Amino acid sequence: MSELALKSLDYSVLQQCMHCGMCLPTCPTYDLTKLEKHSPRGRIALMRAIADDHLALGPAFGEEMSYCLGCLACETACPAGVDYAHLFEVARSDVEKSGVMANPVRSVVRTALLKILFTHPRLLRLVGRMLWLYQVTGAQWLFRRLGLTRLLPAKLRELEPMTPTVLPKFSHQLIAPVEQPTGGRRYRVGLLTGCVQDLVFADINRDTADVLLANGCEVVTPPVQPCCGSIHGHNGEHAVAQVMARRMIDLFDPFTFDAIITNAAGCGSHLKHYGRLLADDRDYAVRAREWDRKLKDINEWLVEIGFRVPASEAAEPQKVTYHEACHLCHGQKITKQPREILRAIPGLELTELPESNWCCGSAGVYNITQPATAAVLQERKVARIESTGAPVVATCNPGCHLQLVNGLRQADSKVRVTQPVSLLAQAYRTEPGATNSHEQK
Amino acid sequence: MTANPSASASFLSQQLRGFVPGLEVHDSPEQRAAYAYDGTAALRAEPAAVVFPVDTAQVSSVLKFAAARRIPVVTRGSGTGLSGGSVPVDGCLVLCLTKMNRIIEVDAENLTLLAEAGAVTADVAAAAAGVGLFYPPDPGSMKISTIGGNVAENSGGLRGLKYGVTRDYIMGLEVVLPDGEVMWTGNKCVKDVAGYTLRDLFIGSEGTLGIITKVLLKLIPPPAARKTMLAVYDNMENAAKTVSAIIKAKIIPCTLEFLDKVTINCVEDYAGIGLPREAEALLLIESDGHPAAVEEEAAAMVAIAKANGAGEVKIAATAEEAASLAAARRTAFSALARVGPTTILEDATVPRNRLPEMVRCIQETARRHNLKIGTFGHMGDGNLHPTFLTNEKNQEEMHRVELAMKEIFARAIELGGTITGEHGVGLAKKEFLSAAVGELNVGVMRSIKSAFDPQGILNPGKIFDPRP
Repeated sequence: MSELALKSLDYSVLQQCMHCGMCLPTCPTYDLTKLEKHSPRGRIALMRAIADDHLALGPAFGEEMSYCLGCLACETACPAGVDYAHLFEVARSDVEKSGVMANPVRSVVRTALLKILFTHPRLLRLVGRMLWLYQVTGAQWLFRRLGLTRLLPAKLRELEPMTPTVLPKFSHQLIAPVEQPTGGRRYRVGLLTGCVQDLVFADINRDTADVLLANGCEVVTPPVQPCCGSIHGHNGEHAVAQVMARRMIDLFDPFTFDAIITNAAGCGSHLKHYGRLLADDRDYAVRAREWDRKLKDINEWLVEIGFRVPASEAAEPQKVTYHEACHLCHGQKITKQPREILRAIPGLELTELPESNWCCGSAGVYNITQPATAAVLQERKVARIESTGAPVVATCNPGCHLQLVNGLRQADSKVRVTQPVSLLAQAYRTEPGATNSHEQK
Repeated sequence: MTANPSASASFLSQQLRGFVPGLEVHDSPEQRAAYAYDGTAALRAEPAAVVFPVDTAQVSSVLKFAAARRIPVVTRGSGTGLSGGSVPVDGCLVLCLTKMNRIIEVDAENLTLLAEAGAVTADVAAAAAGVGLFYPPDPGSMKISTIGGNVAENSGGLRGLKYGVTRDYIMGLEVVLPDGEVMWTGNKCVKDVAGYTLRDLFIGSEGTLGIITKVLLKLIPPPAARKTMLAVYDNMENAAKTVSAIIKAKIIPCTLEFLDKVTINCVEDYAGIGLPREAEALLLIESDGHPAAVEEEAAAMVAIAKANGAGEVKIAATAEEAASLAAARRTAFSALARVGPTTILEDATVPRNRLPEMVRCIQETARRHNLKIGTFGHMGDGNLHPTFLTNEKNQEEMHRVELAMKEIFARAIELGGTITGEHGVGLAKKEFLSAAVGELNVGVMRSIKSAFDPQGILNPGKIFDPRP
């Protein structure tokens, strides 16, 4: 198997891990199992053993790469600066190429999801629309009520209650292709509407546009946007990820924007590495590097441009706590900005969440591929949230958002889940004398 | 090794599972590859199987099994050791104690804490702090290192100067001997001279005499006040002179830590806490104790630092700032891997009045062999960690590292020092042991080893080679 990317990888990336073990206490899977192979250091040792021909790439390695959350807490802990995210993507890609995990069902599901559904945005919206119909017509209620979920295969039956509620309107029905701020334009930004975010949290995309407009940004939001490829990159589909990146760059020429904004942390931590993904592509490499420079998480951008603090109406402060999306705090090292935004909102009092940067178990598609471990992490997170006594928890990623909603519902908790950008948008809307902050073109 | 290690490994595991019911045994190629190393650079060997006992009885059974078949057993905690002490020997059983991690008792009347060997050092310290007490030893890896591993290596830390090392806090040990017998040595008494103090033999024995399964620790009241300072130097020798001068002035601060320019920059790259990147050397100084004494001691040390060439002495404004400085210092060794992927770490220690000479020797030796080096360490203990920043794939450079290492050790011994202050001998320092302590000492050590472990099954080939 000489074609393995782990073997052709610059060996110094693997060697960078000097196995000191500083990552171990921050790894959720090591914490659960106390087994070295379920730790970042152990996983890198396995990758290196494969690169050095001490170990063959087999199903057990494939399972290990699937068991890793990819939360990147190890990167935050690593004094040596090991690029685990890169190693992990290369390893997962090798697992797919080697075919050690292949079985007919898995292959059909992966093709349907990664290669068909998440590469065709219109098809994804159509599926979303059907799911919405199923939910609003009462069919879902009836289906559950009649106990028909029993007829589903076991795996689907476990996942059915996690089905997110689809919103009646998607992003393009809420946001015009170009919107101008009323108070004069300071910046021109592109807005990425995402996949899950578009179907389930289009209102948060609207909030994001509103907040940008309120801060002097012209917002450009193409109505049909491709998937950014993060789901492909994180799941071993390197070539598809490259295709999606090219489409995205075609849609948003980075040289024409001051910033390109994402509000989904999981996407953001992938989107910021188009430069590396397309480094060998002569036609795209230059634009991809510029893209990396322009790509900003919404929280990061707002703090960078000095967002306007909403005017306050004296009110009883409400407690809010903050769960850090792994791919924001570990993947993008953005920790202070969302807190700064929350603290700036009148009427909110930020209460720190214990273990705020411990993974909630969502981890991309982890709650589908590894439901048992995801559930343990979800319960742990819910308990920590409840311990703060805050009635609201804010987070910055659709996956975490859904995971928290589901976990809190299962625990019969009254805690509401939202995002910092939505709270900020709400604060702008309720300012004394607030008017519509944008006009649609 | 046999022709098919996997087959023999699984046969062994099958037998072991039969002999010790309920024992967690792993022997897949992936599991064995994941236990082929510890925190030491460039050492690798695969065990036949890895076992995770959950109580002393299981440890005892595993040893009875191994003794009857003369299978080597290498004990391991979290695998953060820095001398190869817990690197497997080919075909051995790795006995991993991370699942024996309970803190059994905190006795606030006798100021003791009883924990299983696999308890994490930071958890032990937190349990002590939970009842208003203090467990001082704080090795760099304390967030994950196990207390049993600390005892086996007699680990130091950043507070050794005033508070001593792990040995100074061990009141008793439960040890499983190589034949499976379970022995208690020590107790909660402050004084005890009933026979040989056997517990002391196991401290720093690197898993060669018995397997430590429980540890009874001494706790002390915490200091009432702390003051942390950072002295900045434009040459390394002045930092060393400051340390010698502080000791000579009869001041024993809690911490006197040293970082050179390469280390400062690596740590700053990681931690981003505003360390002065242009400085040639830094001393991290901490005084603790009664508030009045702390003030007085701190003022005296600032004066001594300035008199010995410190450009600036910054005082940490808050407890958080002080803690972040100490935390950053703990990352020094790992952060150095940013410069070179293979970090060959030394642990030479000299009497404190010889520090300036030792520092000079390290700099000159690195220069002469054209090697990149980062030096940090517990200067107040005379314990330096010159770290060669190299690449194990570059054999020619690795050879120069070996030569430089030999010269540094020789000089340390010449100055009345030792080859290892706190990391242990393990595999990495084995060839230098007799030069450091002499043949007679090594002979006595071998006799002790034979008395406890006549078959030589516990961590064979560590510290010294078996008697031929």
